[in-house]
Amino acid sequence: MGARPLIALRPRNRELLYLLPVGILTGTGFASVYIARQSFVSWGSLGYALFFLALYVAAHFVARFAVPAADPYLLPMTGVLTAIGVTEIYRLGPDDAFKQGLWIVVGVGLFALALIGLRRDYRLLENYKYLFGIAAIGLLFLPRVPGLGTTVNGARLWVRVGPVQFQPGEFAKIFLIVFLAAYLREKRETLAQARLKDVGPLLLIWGGCMLTLVSSNDLGSALLYYGIFLSMLYVATARLSFVVVGIALFVAGGIGAYQKVPHVKERVTIWLHPWTTHTVYCPLTGTKTLRQDCQSYQLVKSLYSIANGHYGGTGLGKGTFNTTSGKPLIPYINTDFIYSALAQEIGLIGAAALLLVFMLFVARGMKVALQADDGFSKLLAAGLTFGFALQTFIIVGGVLRVIPLTGITLPFVSYGGSSVVANFVLLAGLLLVSHRANSQ
Amino acid sequence: MNRQISRLALVALILLSALIVATTYWQTWAPGSLAAKQDNEIQRVAQFQIRRGLIYASDGKTVLAANRAVKHGNQTLYFRRYPTHGFASQTVGYSTQGRSRAGIERDQNAYLTASNANLGTIFDKLTDNLKGTTVTGNNLILNLRPGVQKIAETALQGKCGAAVMLNPKTGAVYVMASSPSYDPNKINSDKGYASILRSPSACPGSTSALLNRATQGLYPPGSTFKTVTAAAALDSGKFKEDSPFYDPGYCVEYGKRVSNAGNPEAPETFGHVDFLQAYEHSINAVFCNIGMRLGARAVIDEAKDFGFYSEPPIELPSSSVEPSGEYRFENGGLRLFDDAGQMDPGRLAFGQDKLLVTPLQMALVAAGVANGGTIMEPHLVKKVTAPGGSKTVAKTKPKVWKHAMKPSTAATLNKMMQAVITGGTATGVQIPGITWAGKTGTAETNENGVYDAWFIFFAPADHPRVAGAVVVEHSVGGFGGAVAAPIAKQLVQAILPATSK
Repeated sequence: MGARPLIALRPRNRELLYLLPVGILTGTGFASVYIARQSFVSWGSLGYALFFLALYVAAHFVARFAVPAADPYLLPMTGVLTAIGVTEIYRLGPDDAFKQGLWIVVGVGLFALALIGLRRDYRLLENYKYLFGIAAIGLLFLPRVPGLGTTVNGARLWVRVGPVQFQPGEFAKIFLIVFLAAYLREKRETLAQARLKDVGPLLLIWGGCMLTLVSSNDLGSALLYYGIFLSMLYVATARLSFVVVGIALFVAGGIGAYQKVPHVKERVTIWLHPWTTHTVYCPLTGTKTLRQDCQSYQLVKSLYSIANGHYGGTGLGKGTFNTTSGKPLIPYINTDFIYSALAQEIGLIGAAALLLVFMLFVARGMKVALQADDGFSKLLAAGLTFGFALQTFIIVGGVLRVIPLTGITLPFVSYGGSSVVANFVLLAGLLLVSHRANSQ
Repeated sequence: MNRQISRLALVALILLSALIVATTYWQTWAPGSLAAKQDNEIQRVAQFQIRRGLIYASDGKTVLAANRAVKHGNQTLYFRRYPTHGFASQTVGYSTQGRSRAGIERDQNAYLTASNANLGTIFDKLTDNLKGTTVTGNNLILNLRPGVQKIAETALQGKCGAAVMLNPKTGAVYVMASSPSYDPNKINSDKGYASILRSPSACPGSTSALLNRATQGLYPPGSTFKTVTAAAALDSGKFKEDSPFYDPGYCVEYGKRVSNAGNPEAPETFGHVDFLQAYEHSINAVFCNIGMRLGARAVIDEAKDFGFYSEPPIELPSSSVEPSGEYRFENGGLRLFDDAGQMDPGRLAFGQDKLLVTPLQMALVAAGVANGGTIMEPHLVKKVTAPGGSKTVAKTKPKVWKHAMKPSTAATLNKMMQAVITGGTATGVQIPGITWAGKTGTAETNENGVYDAWFIFFAPADHPRVAGAVVVEHSVGGFGGAVAAPIAKQLVQAILPATSK
């Protein structure tokens, strides 16, 4: 017998109620940026807060129509995360915030389309699993197509078509999860017997990830896809040995890459020894400098930024992100390093609260997986949620020097269209599974 | 599958919790050590987002340090500018981008950046922060008298040396000059900094203009130290003002002759004298004998009562205030030592041996005599006011630092120091209408015939309002009475009408 809530609200009414604090939080955030930077931003900034609230209320009504029984917490939490992200992006550069706002509109649009389109039965996706698998691989290799791919921050992750730049990896992640959920649901019994011939696909995906790692210099994505794969394999087969062997293989591959691939070795060296007291060779300038002035420049500057926040933070709009001559201190601050910007301005209290929102999102996502009653739904929800958690861990952990730093976006918070849109699709997936689980 | 999902959820939540732990580490444990990193520009930028408080001379009008606002993109930074281009530069110090801070700018940084623990300041800063306006620091009003300080700096121009003058009753420092000086506006540029670092021609081989010679210049005190020896002698009760001595022109120590000043083959000889005359004429042989009778221990203990062997508690960074005492080379640097067995009591008594003192300390010796034996804490800061200047945040109150000697000893020394000017080694600096007191010093340096010329003084002798010390380095053939005393006279003449108001 669980405790009854004081007022029994239907899930969607509850969701609408929770959107209220989101609106207040967003308004307060923009207001404090406005107050701190009066000379640089206008009252128009408060329009963002209103626009935001309207957008989420619209999303809520779509959910009310398409998935009335779905989890009421996920959408408001997404609201909090995007609001925090847009507020900080706005503080760092109002122009980018406008673009990010547009991407959120696109994201909400796709979210609505997904909910409405799949509201009857999303499980029909299972029938197209190989299409998803192939699409995932295709998207992953898209940046390597000559003429299409561009290299940003040392990794070849972007595709440029005309004026639009996007990271296909963000969508590949979701397609891969859909494929794996369907594939593993079908093959889980045979896989669980762990015969050598069934381990083939495991080795194949391991090889694929290692190839990605080596060829695109992208340790973060390799870790993400591989982590998603292993976790879903474990959920499907209940065999811990797969995980152990999988991790052992990854470590072995990682050590091999460390020895053979200069980029990987450099990332690890930066991670272990970001500060040097003697000068070392700097490949960027070709001269000898301290490592903190060359390879580990970003990491070190980001740590300084975080440390400057202390407990309470400097306050929104009052952090220091430029040198005395006005040059930016941290490159990619609104994408890869958004967490270091936030940690400085909202401090330990704010950053911990932000991470708690991520944890709550993950907890709710996992609960959706637990409540679902068919294998595909369970695997899908667990995969999407774990992917979300792992991506957060990889970028924030990298910024915090818990693991080697690799550029990847912080879901819903970082600046970046592909990331925001893809994550709204992820949210739609979770709500669809949740609605189905709750309405039976 | 639910068991696996629960476990997976646990793994995911553990991973994310690790991020909270790591964030806690970087924001609570690490900031101290990260803030100290050379390449941490955030710390540097943050200090320039604060509009530092202004620094004024004692008149509350002469601005010694002001701000220059610079807009860079979307941030406004405040850089220091020093409108006087080098007034008391080593004392006021600087606060710049490239070279951090020095002097009062460094020592009083908490007030100047409004990060002090004063309740009113905390409240003002909080409202500034909440309102989103720039945090403005508290203003400092110093005791330095702009006119007299200027006279001291002009008098020392082209020479190497220092002058300190303070109020013996309150410890308020009216003059603190060190020459050569520099323009703090030049500190930040590499070229300007290099020009400041160049060794001055007036005292070849000596350190740069950045050195505050008044508080960190270590000089042999020469005969000015006889004041401390005399205090020890009088305090001991073994000697009186009229104790008789015979001066053959030398004293015998360790079986060898230690001659009076002048040509060692034919030193000046005074014959039968009393204690006052021995001080008045600065007779080394007499003090040498007194030193041997008292022993080095007693003289050093008396010196400690005057504040030797400790840093005077003045509003300057500890790194730019040196203690005075016996020094020796040890572990590659000059180190204070206190082992009386290693000292030469005869030479110590007349201020040679291995004694090294700062002008501030010698000014405090004179101040102790002037103030009846009690030395007050020297203070550069008169008061701290809130931004705008209307409200006083903190006011420096006079505080006793040392009880140097018996009041009777101070009274006798006062007479003895007057005699120096009326009929002794400094008769050339008499001031019509003012009776004042002093002691000359001509300290031998490593070079033959080159001296550090000293004069310590207070005025007027009966109701002292100022006390001080002047030292001129590398004075070729020049004695304290001829080189340093005239500068002291200028300072006394300049300030006395003003203080008597």
